Amino acid sequence: MKKLAMLCAATALTPVGAGAAELEVTHWWTSGGEAAAVAKFAEAFNENTEHTWVDGAIAGGGGTARPVMVSRIIGGDPMGAFQFNHGRQAEELIEAGLLRDMTHVAEEEGWKEIVNPPSLLEACTVDGRIYCAPVNIHSWQWLWLSNDAFAEAGLDVPANWDEFVEAGDALREAGIQPLALGGQPWQSSGLFNVLMATLAGPEVLEQIYGEKDAELAASDTMARVFQAAADAREMAQGSNVIDWNQATNMVITDAAGGQVMGDWAQGEFAVAGEVAGEDYTCIPGLGVHEVISTGGDAFYFPETGDAETEAAQDALARILLNPDTQVAFNLAKGSLPIRGDVDLTAANDCMKKGLEILEAGNTMPDVNMLNTEDTNNQLNDLFVEFFNDPSITPEDAQERFVSIVESAE
Amino acid sequence: MASGRPIQLFRNMTAKIAAIPMILTALVIFVGGTAWTVVYSFTNSKLLPRANFVGLDQYERLWNTNRWIVSIENLLIYGICMLVLSFIIGFVLAALMDQKIRFENTFRTIILYPFALSFIVTGLIWQWLLNPDFGVQNVVRGLGWVSFEFDPLNNSSIVIYGVLIAGLWQGTGLVMVLMLAGLRGIDQEIWKAARVDGIPMWKTYLYIVVPMLRPVFITSIVIIASGIVRVYDLVVAQTAGGPGISSEVPAKYVYDYMFQGQNLGQGFAASTMMLLAVAIVIIPWAYLEFGSRNRG
Repeated sequence: MKKLAMLCAATALTPVGAGAAELEVTHWWTSGGEAAAVAKFAEAFNENTEHTWVDGAIAGGGGTARPVMVSRIIGGDPMGAFQFNHGRQAEELIEAGLLRDMTHVAEEEGWKEIVNPPSLLEACTVDGRIYCAPVNIHSWQWLWLSNDAFAEAGLDVPANWDEFVEAGDALREAGIQPLALGGQPWQSSGLFNVLMATLAGPEVLEQIYGEKDAELAASDTMARVFQAAADAREMAQGSNVIDWNQATNMVITDAAGGQVMGDWAQGEFAVAGEVAGEDYTCIPGLGVHEVISTGGDAFYFPETGDAETEAAQDALARILLNPDTQVAFNLAKGSLPIRGDVDLTAANDCMKKGLEILEAGNTMPDVNMLNTEDTNNQLNDLFVEFFNDPSITPEDAQERFVSIVESAE
Repeated sequence: MASGRPIQLFRNMTAKIAAIPMILTALVIFVGGTAWTVVYSFTNSKLLPRANFVGLDQYERLWNTNRWIVSIENLLIYGICMLVLSFIIGFVLAALMDQKIRFENTFRTIILYPFALSFIVTGLIWQWLLNPDFGVQNVVRGLGWVSFEFDPLNNSSIVIYGVLIAGLWQGTGLVMVLMLAGLRGIDQEIWKAARVDGIPMWKTYLYIVVPMLRPVFITSIVIIASGIVRVYDLVVAQTAGGPGISSEVPAKYVYDYMFQGQNLGQGFAASTMMLLAVAIVIIPWAYLEFGSRNRG
C-alpha cells in the first residue's frame, strides 16, 4: 500500500519537460481527405513546437461532434483546442467567458493584415476581441459532375444548373442516378441554400437570413427557387445513401451524374485519384452566378487556467496561420487558404477557379454566420422532409420556410 | 424505550440513516432535475440555461412543428406494435420452451442473445440486413424470386416497421425469459389438476396460467414500455431519422434541439411533453394497481 502511494506521488511529481504540454485538439475531420488534411496540422505542430498534438477526432460530422465538444467545455473538462465552423455557433460560449481571448496572438502575428477576406476574422471577433483562428475557406456553391457518367448517357457535360436539369431524364434512362443527395439533414438544407444563393442571388440570401426579411421569403423570387428545389428533388430520388461522402462516391464511381456539395468534396476526389477536368468537372455557383460563400473552419481555444496549456494554445494558433501549414493543409483538404499571400501553384483546376472568384471579390457570408444553430436546425428539418417526400408541394414548403424566417433571431 | 412511547421518527434509526443517500439522490437528481427541466422549458434558453421566461412559446412552437408530430405518430405505432408483438411472441416462445424440449438451454441462449447487444449494434446489423443490395431482398432474389421487393428503410411510409423489426429482434428474448421464469413458477399440481379435469392445454394456458402470471406481465410491461419511450439509439444507428423525417422519434427531437440546435428551451419543452405522456399512462395505472391493494 505504502509502495503504491509512493509510486503515485512519484508519477505526480515527474516534471513534464520545460513547459511542453500535450494539447488535445478535437475536430470532426474523419473522412479520407479530411483526415489527411488535419494530419498536416498535427505534423507541423509536433515538429515546430515542443508541445504534442493529441488527436481527438469525433466521427459523425459537426452535428454529432459539436454537442460533445460543448458539453465537455460546459462540464468543466475542456480540451486544448477545438474546431468549429466560425459564425454564430460559439456565440454563447464566448459570452459565458468559456473561451480564451486570443487577441494577443492575433496582434503579434498581424492577423488583421493577412486574413483575406476580412469577414473571416470578423466572424471570430466579439466586442473587438478575437476568439478564434480561422484556418480555411469553404464554400458551398459547387456542382460536381462525373464526366464518364455523362459520356455513358451520350451527353455533353453540362455547363450550368439548367443544362444539368435537362440532362436528368437522359441520365435516368441510362441507368444513372441524376443527382446524388445524402440523407443527412444538413445536406438537404445546404442544397437549397445553394439554389437560393445562385438562382436568386446572394443578396437575396443575405437579406432573408441576415435581416430575416419574411416578405422576401414569401416573394415570387423565392417561389422560383422552391420550384427549382422540386426539380432537384425529382433528380435526387433513389439516391439511398446517408453520408455526404457516400454521395460523393457515387459521382466518383460514375453511378451518379452529379452532386451539389461544398468544396470539401474535392478532397474525396483527390483521395480517389481523380483528376479535375478529366474525370470530373466542378462548376462554381452552379454555373449561374459565380459566387462563393466564405464559411469555413476555425479553431477556438477554451479557457483552461493552465499556463502550459495556454502556451501550447498560443503556439498552435501561430502554426495554424503559418503560410507553409496553410498551403499543406488546404491542398489536402480542398479548401482555400485564409491568406492571400501564399503560393498555391500546386492547386488543381477547381481550387484555382475558387481562388479567382475569391480574388475578384465575389464572396458572400456563409449561412452559419447569419443564422443561429436553432434556425439552421429548423431549416434542416424542413428541407430533409421536403427532399424526401414528393407529396410536399413547393408552395407548402415555402409557407413553412416563411414562418421559420419570421420566428428566427 | 420501555419507559415511554417510541417517537415515530426515531424508530429504526439505522435503517433510516442508511436510506438517506438514496433519498437524497432520488430527491435531488430525479425530482430536482425533473423540476428544473420543467421550469426551464418555459424560458428561451439557447446553448446555456437562462432564466428568461417566455410563457408557453416553446410549447406552441413544438406543437406547430411537423417533425414533432411525426415523431409522436411514430412512437405510437412503434409503441403499440412493440408492446403487443413482443408480448405475444415472447409468451408463445416461452410456452414452447416450457414443453420440456431438448436443447432448451441452447435455444434459450440463442433467443436471448440479441438482448446482450446494444441498440447501436442492433441498428447497424439491421441496417445491413434490410439493405436491398446486401440483405434479405438480395438473398431472396438470389434464390430465384427475382421480382421480390423488401426495402423498408428507404420507404417513408413503412420505415418505422423496419425499426420495429430490429426492436423486436432485440427485445423479445428478454420478454421470453421473464415469461419462462413465470411459467416455471407455476405449481406442477395445477397442470396435473387441469389435465385430470380434461381441460385442453391452450385453455389451461389462457384461463389459468395467464391470470396467474399477472405480476410477471406487469414487470414485462414496465420494462418494455420504458424501452419504447426512450427509443433513440436504435433509430440513430439504423436510419438516422430518415428517409426525410419519417422515422423520427421524440427522444431524438429532444436531443437534436438541446444539443445540435443549441436550443435548450425547445428540448426541455419536448422532454416535458414526454414526461407528461408517461405520467398520463402511469398515474391512473398506479392508482388502480396500488390503490386497490391498500383498500383490500
